[in-house]
Parts: sequence; structure tokens; C-alpha cells
Amino acid sequence: MAEAARAKNLPVDDKIHTWPHLVRGEFLVALFVVVVLTLWSITIDAPLEEPANPTRTPNPSKAPWYFLGLQEMLVYFDPWNAGVVLPSLIIVGLMVIPFVDINPKGNGYYCFKDRKYEILTFFLGFHVLWVSMIIIGTFFRGPGWNLFWPWQRWDPHKVVALTNVDLPYLFGFRDYWWSAAFGLIVIGAYFVFGLAAFYFWVLKVKGREFLERWGMVRFMITALLFVLMLSLPAKMFLRLVFNVKYILVTPWINV
Amino acid sequence: MSLLDKIKSDIVESHVWKAIFRHGYEDTPRNRVMMVTANVFLHLHPAKVRRHAVRMRFTWCMGGLTFLMFLVTVVTGIYLMFYYRPVAEYAYADMKYLEFDMPFGMLMRNMHRWSAHAMIVFVWLHMFRVFLTGSYKPPREFNWIVGVLLLVLTLLLSFTGYLLPWDQLSIWAVTVGSNMARATPLLGYEGPFADFVGANPIYDARAFLFGGGEIGPHTLLRFYILHCIFIPLVASILMAVHFWRIRRDGFSGPSL
Repeated sequence: MAEAARAKNLPVDDKIHTWPHLVRGEFLVALFVVVVLTLWSITIDAPLEEPANPTRTPNPSKAPWYFLGLQEMLVYFDPWNAGVVLPSLIIVGLMVIPFVDINPKGNGYYCFKDRKYEILTFFLGFHVLWVSMIIIGTFFRGPGWNLFWPWQRWDPHKVVALTNVDLPYLFGFRDYWWSAAFGLIVIGAYFVFGLAAFYFWVLKVKGREFLERWGMVRFMITALLFVLMLSLPAKMFLRLVFNVKYILVTPWINV
Repeated sequence: MSLLDKIKSDIVESHVWKAIFRHGYEDTPRNRVMMVTANVFLHLHPAKVRRHAVRMRFTWCMGGLTFLMFLVTVVTGIYLMFYYRPVAEYAYADMKYLEFDMPFGMLMRNMHRWSAHAMIVFVWLHMFRVFLTGSYKPPREFNWIVGVLLLVLTLLLSFTGYLLPWDQLSIWAVTVGSNMARATPLLGYEGPFADFVGANPIYDARAFLFGGGEIGPHTLLRFYILHCIFIPLVASILMAVHFWRIRRDGFSGPSL
């Protein structure tokens, strides 16, 4: 490598001394940020409300802003899913990224073209879902977790008709067991259809050779996580357009 | 030799000075390396880095600034600890005391809170940058995992600290945030299949977090210890691993 580089008159090494080049930059940036932080802290006080009172629940009770994306998901999924299962899957999903992304390109430089789908997936998960849910939860939710515009007065008596129905009911199922079976089939179909669609999509944009290199395990992990991530916008769509409350209803678990 | 030079050389060549400083300050390549390798703090860096590590447009400075915010919260947090007691009867009064009576108390509290918020924003931006430059790709896969753990710990640090003022904002935000735990499948009493495990309001995942069935004085102490000792300790260990791996695996950048 080094010999070839020298022959072509290319740099063998692009390293520079940490002192002063990096340390100087770090010092100046740190100084600047600490000055901004100090000025910010002199001008804006941290909030302190009245003493804790377990008998007086404020309406709305909001989690810290960085968890409001999760609280906003509670509108669409039950707590076991929105608060426990999906957050765990977000963490696991982030951790598996280096192992399912086998694209050798784009290592150490900015390039959209070399890794279009990877970047778009991250953009969908982080910006479109995570950040926008936080913005909705922070600025657009008022008493009763109802939607308010930021400039609207929070009216604690706002009446919102509860018109949500379960999906099996919408399809005319009244019998208990048939409803549960129908819900199970719909969810199963979502995953089967989602995995198949993901397979053909990867086949189309990356080719068969890539799928073979990718392998079954990587494909399944990525596809499952991707389809699970899309379950949030899917449920949001069903809720906002068709007023669907649950897809699957059982005594133990509702989805 | 002037008197000033004489005094200077006397100091610089004294036994004590040489015991502390191992090298001179002349701008020589050797001293530039020694500056980093002979200093335990600067030793976090390698002696030489790739050009990319220095470019702000490449790094956005976000990893370093996350660490800086951590350091600011440590310094201001220690100051706050002198005046704050994690006891339900005193906690809120201590906050008022801190704000109105302690010299720089309000400023320290503000800096602590805003730098904690900034740390979360910075750590998300850092993750975004590392993703965009593909810096998690071989050989840095493991460091990405450590980074995800640090991201979770950053959120937990902030969340546990949120309770400590013991005002309406803090207990209800933490109540809402922790209520998820009671819906944990199997382990939370309101979660699916809790009956099979026998989880109940005073014996489930949330009770473990709270130290009891409801949020109360026991929760305050628990979160205080998590916030001031346990999580910072774990985060520090992971940070050491994180920085060490950057040194071992090299700073990412396009191949030569």
C-alpha cells in the first residue's frame, strides 16, 4: 500500500500533530460553548413549580421532553408496546446497525449516493418518527392529551367525541372469538406482506447478488425491525383516517 | 543574561519544576508529541490524528461537546450536592434555599439543567453525524454499541435528575415516564400476562424502580443515588471504553 502510494506521489499518511492542531480547536470550541451556556443560564431560569403533591395530578402530565415521543406513541399503542417493547426494539435496532449494514462504501466520508437507502431509513426513524413525535408531544398536546395548536388556549373542558372502534368491529365481526381470530390474521398478514414487500424491494434496488451476500439472518433482522418501525405510521394511518382503536383484541393483549 | 532570564532559568531548571514537567515548550515535533503523551488528560487523544478529526465540518464537534456537557454537569452537580438533601421533607426547601440564598446557587442550577438538556441534543446529533459518515462500519462496530449504551445512560441520567427538585413538574413527569414500567409484559402488574408471574402493584418492575408501590420519599433517595453515583460511574466506565476504542481503531475518515 505505502509503496504504491509513494510511487504515485500520493500522501502515505494524512496525520497531523494533535498538539496544537486538535487541542487548540477543542479548547476554542469548548470556551465558546461554555460562554454561551453561561449567558443562557444567567438569562433563563430552570423551572421550579409548587412543591410535589401526589394528590393533585396536573392536566396534562407530560414526561420530560426527550421521552415525549414515547408518550405520544401511547396514543396509538398500549403502554406495554409503546412504553416497553418498542423502546427496547429501538435500542436493539440501533445496536444491530453495524452488523446488518454490509455496504463497504461510505466509511468515513459524507456521501448520500453510496448509501441512499441506509440514510433514508435512518432519516425515517430519527427525523420523521422520533423527532416529529417529540415536537407533537411537546407543542401540540394539551389537557386530556388532546391536540391544540401552540397559540390556542388550553381548554381543559374541550370535548372530543370518542368514536374509535376496533378493526374487527369495523369489518362486521361481533362474535368474540371470530374478532380475535380476524385480528390475529390481520397482524399476521401485515408481517407476511411486509416481509415479502421488503424482500422484493431489496431485490429490486440491490439485486440478487446482494441478497445472497447479505444472508438470511441479516435479512430477517433488518426486515422485522423495518416492518415493526413502519407499524407506527401504519397504526397512525388507521387511527387518523378510520378511527381504528385496536386491531387485535384479547383479554391479555391488545394491539 | 538579564535578571529576568536568570530567574526563569533558575525556576525551569529547579528540581521541583523538572519533577513536574518532563519537557520544554519549544515548538519541536518531539515536544508536540510529548505534550499529549506526557499529560494524562490530553492522553485521551493519540499523539497524531487524521486531518479529518480536526475539521469541524466533518465532526460537528458533537462527541467532544457531549463530553464537555458531562463535565459541566459533574462540576455544577457537585456544587448542588453540597446544599441539597434527598429527603422528601427537605428537598423542595433546599431548592428554594439554593435559588435564593446560596451564592451562585441559581446559576449553578441553571447551568446544570441546561447543560443536561444540551447533552441530550448533542448526543443525538453525534449519533446522527456518526451515522452519516458511516463511522460505525468495520472496525468500529463495537464502539457504536458502546455509544448506543451511552445514549441510553444519558437519557437515564437526565430522567433520574428530573425528580430531584421534588416539585409538581418533577414528580408528575417521572410518574408518567415510569408508569410504562408497570405495563412491562410479565413483569409489570398492568402488563400482559402479569397474572402468570404474580406481579402486583407493590411487587413488579415499577415498584423495583420506585422502591415501593407509589412514587414517594424512597423513590427520591433511589433516584438520587442512581443520578449522583451509579449512572455517572457506569457512564464514566463506558466513556473510557468509548474513547479508548477511538484511539485503538483510529479516527474515521476516507481511506487514503
